[in-house]
Amino acid sequence: MEMRAAYAECLAKMMEEDKHVCVLDADLAKASGTRKLYERFPKQMFDCGVAEQDMASIAAGLASYGFKPWIESFTPFATRRICDQIAISISYAKQNVKIVGTDPGISAELNGGTHMSMEDIGVVRSIPGMVIFEPVDETQLRAAMPALDEYVGPVYMRLFRKVTPDVFGPDYKFDLFKADLLREGKDLTVFVSGMFTRDVLDAANELAAEGLNVEVINVHTIKPIDRETVIASARKTGAVLTVENHNVIGGLHSAVCETLALERIPVSALGVADRFGEVGKLPYLRKALGLTKEDIVEAIRKAAATK
Amino acid sequence: MNKDLKEICKDIRCDIMTCIGHLGVGHIGGCLSIVELLAVLYFEEMNIDPAEPRKAGRDRFICSKGHAGPAVYAALANRGYFPKEELLTLNQGGTHLPSHCDMNLTTGIDMTAGSLGQGFSCAAGIALGSKLENDGATIYALVGDGESQEGQVWEAGMFAAAKGLGNLIGFTDYNKLQIDDAVAKVNDIAPLGDKWAAFGWNVIDVEDGNDVEQVSAAVKQAKSYRSTGRPTMVILNTVKGKGVKWIEDLGAGNHNTNVSEEQAKAAIAEIRGED
Repeated sequence: MEMRAAYAECLAKMMEEDKHVCVLDADLAKASGTRKLYERFPKQMFDCGVAEQDMASIAAGLASYGFKPWIESFTPFATRRICDQIAISISYAKQNVKIVGTDPGISAELNGGTHMSMEDIGVVRSIPGMVIFEPVDETQLRAAMPALDEYVGPVYMRLFRKVTPDVFGPDYKFDLFKADLLREGKDLTVFVSGMFTRDVLDAANELAAEGLNVEVINVHTIKPIDRETVIASARKTGAVLTVENHNVIGGLHSAVCETLALERIPVSALGVADRFGEVGKLPYLRKALGLTKEDIVEAIRKAAATK
Repeated sequence: MNKDLKEICKDIRCDIMTCIGHLGVGHIGGCLSIVELLAVLYFEEMNIDPAEPRKAGRDRFICSKGHAGPAVYAALANRGYFPKEELLTLNQGGTHLPSHCDMNLTTGIDMTAGSLGQGFSCAAGIALGSKLENDGATIYALVGDGESQEGQVWEAGMFAAAKGLGNLIGFTDYNKLQIDDAVAKVNDIAPLGDKWAAFGWNVIDVEDGNDVEQVSAAVKQAKSYRSTGRPTMVILNTVKGKGVKWIEDLGAGNHNTNVSEEQAKAAIAEIRGED
């Protein structure tokens, strides 16, 4: 199932159970997968039109009135475009608003550079009080939605909206503030977020044949980062690589480096090398930006050699 | 009642002068211009209870021009939300009374504001929330005239009309001055009433927004428009720095200016008609 379809199903269930859960759009309900919910929940779904700033502050107002609003747009318009509204109306005012940005990084594909946010995590991460969560597959997303609903406070969810390869099995137990160990290893830790998680896991399994024993940890919540898990794993393996669909400045790499700053452990990065995106399909973009499965394998080898 | 309201206006004005004079500096012009509105709302029209400041279904006031915090605090203290002595803590480290309105710090403040334009959208969200709860509350929101240059004010205006928020009453503190110069010179917002009417709002133009009787009548009229299902904008033609001649005479220079305790004392005498 597409991630947005699973997301919409979860929202529908929440709205059914709690009339204070509501969803606000800025003319991208179709892209977010929630357009069909408008007929079913006419008193909980509101389209603000192409006015993201207004949407963010309206949501803050609704939250101050006891509602639990979710606002949706593409990642650049759900973050950098409304940075001040997130900071002041939502986080500074301590309002319980959930912000959903779809099509993160290169997954914006044919919408190209204008819609391809490489900086959204960096923008939101520097605002006090924000939680940043990026699900990797449908299982994790479905487990996370009730936890996000239950968590009182502002959250930014960075949502890949199409079909993703499975990472987690049916027994998965989700904790919003604990990173997930996907594979144990001793030579290197790869901290990975978002759409490259499956590839990192596959690459680690392949490299085992070469005798390289790689630990893989999915950092689904980038802020607050699970310091305990990050530090313990880095100390154990002695070398770290971060892999992300985001600028290497401001995102997972920065968060991991900040966490390990006193640890004297080398931290390598694979991500978007401080450049804007461009138009293209995923295979082209991954190649153009150096983010293919082969690039991941190579980056793991190099990072393991930094010890 | 109106005579009382006039006295209340004097009390609020004097308290603004006292706390800003005590501090030595503040957003004095845009505080003094909105006193009559605050007196009418907090002492005549709003369904509120200082003993239960967070009561569900109460009327709310969102001061989107958040820098007028000291004026709102003076009104709240006079209405009994907190002791008047607390006004002297304005902007002191650790205070509950920061320069810009903060709902998490100050008893009686309904929404945090300060980054201009945002409070008005928050008010639209609050009005939508009240409509959904069907609790009968009236939501009052004040924007500045300089603030009305923010695009977000008009985004909120469009939304409020489109969603039929007849429970939302907006006010523009149309004192014609902003930090850099006259509003008309910086980036004119006129014709303001025509703009709000074009955005689908009922519009009431108050010739003298510092005449408490005119303001009172306008708020009553605005409340009667609730059944139109459209929000109402009350344009208050005010004087920035109203009530203290030297501050009025500063013009655009009175947005945020130094006020000594001696100047504050003299101003209070002027407000009380004792000079």
